[in-house]
Amino acid sequence: MHQLLRDRVNDFAFKLANVNGTGSASANGLIMQAIFRMGIPVSGKNLFPSNIQGLPTWYEIRVNREGHTARALEYDLMVAMNAQTYARDVKEVRSGGFLLYDSSWPLDSHLIRDDVNYVGVPLARMCGEHFQDSRERILMKNIAYAGSLVALLDIDMHLIEQLLEGKFSAKPSLRESNHKSVMIGYEYAKKHFDCPLPFHLAKMDGNQGKILIDGNTATALGAVYAGATVAAWYPITPATSVMDAFTRFCAKYRRDKETGANNYCIIQAEDELAAIGMVIGASWNGARAFTSTSGPGVSLMNELLGLAYYAEIPAVLVDVQRVGPSTGMPTRTQQGDLMECAYASHGDTKHILLIPADPAECFDFAVKSFDLAEKFQTPVIMLSDLDIGMNDWVVDKMAWDDSYVPDRGRVLTAEQLEQMPKYFRYSPEDENHVAARTLPGVHQKGAFFIRGSGHNKLGGYTEIPDEYQEVIDRLARKHKASAKFVPAPVIERREGAGFGVITTGGCDRAVREAMQLLANRGINANYMRIRGFPFDDPVVDFIEEHPFCFVVEQNRDAQLKSLLLLETPVAKNKLRSICVYGGFPLSANSVVDRILSQVEAK
Amino acid sequence: MPSIAKPVAKHPSLQRNKLDLTIRDYEGAMSTLCAGCGHDSITAAIVKALWKMSIEPHRIAKLSGIGCSSKTPTYFVNGAHGFNSAHGRMPSIAAGASAANRDLVYIGVSGDGDSLSIGLGQLCHAIRRNVKMVYVIENNGVYGLTKGQFSASTDIGSTSKKGDPNRMPPIDPVTMALSIGATFVARSFSGDKDQLVPVLEAAVAHRGFALIDVISPCVTFNDHKGSTKSYLASRQSMVRPIETDFVPPAEEILAQIGTNGVTSVTMHDGSVLRFTAVPKDYDPTDRGKVSAYLRERAAAGEVVTGLLYVDESQPDMHEMSQTVATPLVNVPYSKLCPGSGALSKLLDQFR
Repeated sequence: MHQLLRDRVNDFAFKLANVNGTGSASANGLIMQAIFRMGIPVSGKNLFPSNIQGLPTWYEIRVNREGHTARALEYDLMVAMNAQTYARDVKEVRSGGFLLYDSSWPLDSHLIRDDVNYVGVPLARMCGEHFQDSRERILMKNIAYAGSLVALLDIDMHLIEQLLEGKFSAKPSLRESNHKSVMIGYEYAKKHFDCPLPFHLAKMDGNQGKILIDGNTATALGAVYAGATVAAWYPITPATSVMDAFTRFCAKYRRDKETGANNYCIIQAEDELAAIGMVIGASWNGARAFTSTSGPGVSLMNELLGLAYYAEIPAVLVDVQRVGPSTGMPTRTQQGDLMECAYASHGDTKHILLIPADPAECFDFAVKSFDLAEKFQTPVIMLSDLDIGMNDWVVDKMAWDDSYVPDRGRVLTAEQLEQMPKYFRYSPEDENHVAARTLPGVHQKGAFFIRGSGHNKLGGYTEIPDEYQEVIDRLARKHKASAKFVPAPVIERREGAGFGVITTGGCDRAVREAMQLLANRGINANYMRIRGFPFDDPVVDFIEEHPFCFVVEQNRDAQLKSLLLLETPVAKNKLRSICVYGGFPLSANSVVDRILSQVEAK
Repeated sequence: MPSIAKPVAKHPSLQRNKLDLTIRDYEGAMSTLCAGCGHDSITAAIVKALWKMSIEPHRIAKLSGIGCSSKTPTYFVNGAHGFNSAHGRMPSIAAGASAANRDLVYIGVSGDGDSLSIGLGQLCHAIRRNVKMVYVIENNGVYGLTKGQFSASTDIGSTSKKGDPNRMPPIDPVTMALSIGATFVARSFSGDKDQLVPVLEAAVAHRGFALIDVISPCVTFNDHKGSTKSYLASRQSMVRPIETDFVPPAEEILAQIGTNGVTSVTMHDGSVLRFTAVPKDYDPTDRGKVSAYLRERAAAGEVVTGLLYVDESQPDMHEMSQTVATPLVNVPYSKLCPGSGALSKLLDQFR
């Protein structure tokens, strides 16, 4: 047996190849959750097609006792449940690895590799014998392979039973059939193979205080806790589940138990143009309002983002990035909207960006987005991505500080207005170059005609160059001032670092693992993860202190690097690009290889 | 409305409304539109209707898109909050504003370019959503600010100032709105203030989205011979078979309705629409009959004006969403945040 595979506990990866729409997601989720409950650091990446039923879909699970849970590129085990993709799935198994397949039918000889161990379980045949309904046979086949994995990987059977119990507490017949299929697969594997496999699981204590959650759910929770009352959206993959979750949480926490009245209003708009318009209208009136979308939606929202920027109306936009350009690959991940979001809309516009790395930060940054939008009276865009948004991540359980008070920014009350001789919208400005706003309906003295057309510092219409420039220049200063308030970069230093590595968002785990792998080879580097735009001094200082820095990001055009060069005084030759943008979550090896090709090991 | 600067001094003899305000308190900045523009007459009607209804100026939100018509909110109710948004996007801004604060009176002013071309989608969906607002289309059949292009409401055969005829069929906002479930549909003429004022009052009182298509001739680009929306052509084609009085809730003269009125409709807020004249067999609450009648008259070359259709039975956006009666902007944060205990309990399920 291959050395790599011998007795490796809690350090391997496996991939499940399925047909979408067959219920494989429940089986894979069950395995993932059971491993999480065993206390083992784990990640699950759903690599799914833009389709409802019938196309290939994959799910990758990686366990790593050290906590490295970025996507792995080598698979110790392939669960090949899709005949359409057998050929390529067989190829992806690591030499010496295992392949679990449905042996109800024989495998074609060309699918047999000498260096792979084949584990055949007659899933379809057994499920055909045990279940009558044809749909049930398909669904239970998936649960049955989960049962075989319980035996092969040494997953705790009690946890599986506990999970099924919880999931089907209201549906005893389903619990019964699920349990039956798990046992079919489990017992077959136990009887026919050496269980567990040389790589397998063992309980540990790695998930204390942690939860398993996807970023879109966490984002929606953040919006609830921030006090968002108006949400407008248009369905789009991969952002739809933000609003699904927001709707669910609002029904749970925001509905008056006696009257049934909702302390929220969620509008499914006719398109993204309208969705952002609704957010702007609601924010103008003083509600905390947001929309969630993806790249194509941001393209449409460009127009009104400019209005909100220029008229100085708060707006929160969550962009769950997917692969562009155009329709691109809706179910694949990328960081391709950085540039678009930083400067969205025509004319001189700049926006505040918050870039979370995982679901826990999605929660925190969602709350922060509303505070900053209102403090600076401008759009704030939170840039999540499909990998963060739709995959389950192990993160620290989020906590809430009950002393939190929303930062509503400078808003004049009726009493304050009463005392004022006269109110002007855009002056005087405070130390952050923000002027006080008024909310419609509050007081007659606060009445103001807001406009996207040229205006002077008093709020009046203007076409006079100096008056126009005075306002647009203040907006630039205001944007710059917000740098101190966006989340600071995360910086990690290593002894003897020879260069820096900069990244952002969902690349975090892969890049940090890569840096550990490089350190194991004696190559040490400092790490900086950028979490907000505009950039504050620590970002510049980090770059300046290194002879050069790699900038790792998931887009073709090195958008983060370009933004750094545009918005900081650093020299162009200081930054080297590592761009990985095929659409799958980043893995450490892609980064290691690219850095090694440019940096000699000591 | 004033197209020339007037002193703000209030003449003591000016009539006062229930808030002790005169009509001057509902005026706005000086109009910058062309002298004789139909839009200025509509502005005057809006001023009068809002004054008559004694609505507190700062409880009015006036919204618009882009175009000549969209400039007009500046020219009425200085004390109201205004939002001059982007081309064709006012309906979504208004829907969001209404979502946040259901207690303000929303007056949207748009034009045929803003509403029937670039903003057609948003208009249709605001109608479907039944956002509680008054939506005035100042319809002149031409793009004024960009100097005379045909709009989507230009009739077939109507000519441009240069003499070219339009060949594409027009979008009629009235029949379009009726076909997608609009709950209040009216058409009027900028020169007919007697008709327009009660229609505007009824629109403010309406439970949901009130569409008023007002033919408003463009004196500069569409008032020539050959245009079907010139003052002359409009006056020739328009008929006024439907007469409506608006009776505010407090004025208990319901008894008269049975004798004088052909029919009456009680509005959601208790006010009454009294139809004092309608064509034979016309029922302003019967969508099918109204549509058929309008089609028939249009075929005869007539543009029917008046409060054409009203349905007070349909819920507005908030009623459909079961939103709390308190405007969302006034719901305290303490009622919105579930707190640390709830978060901890919820997240324990994510294990």
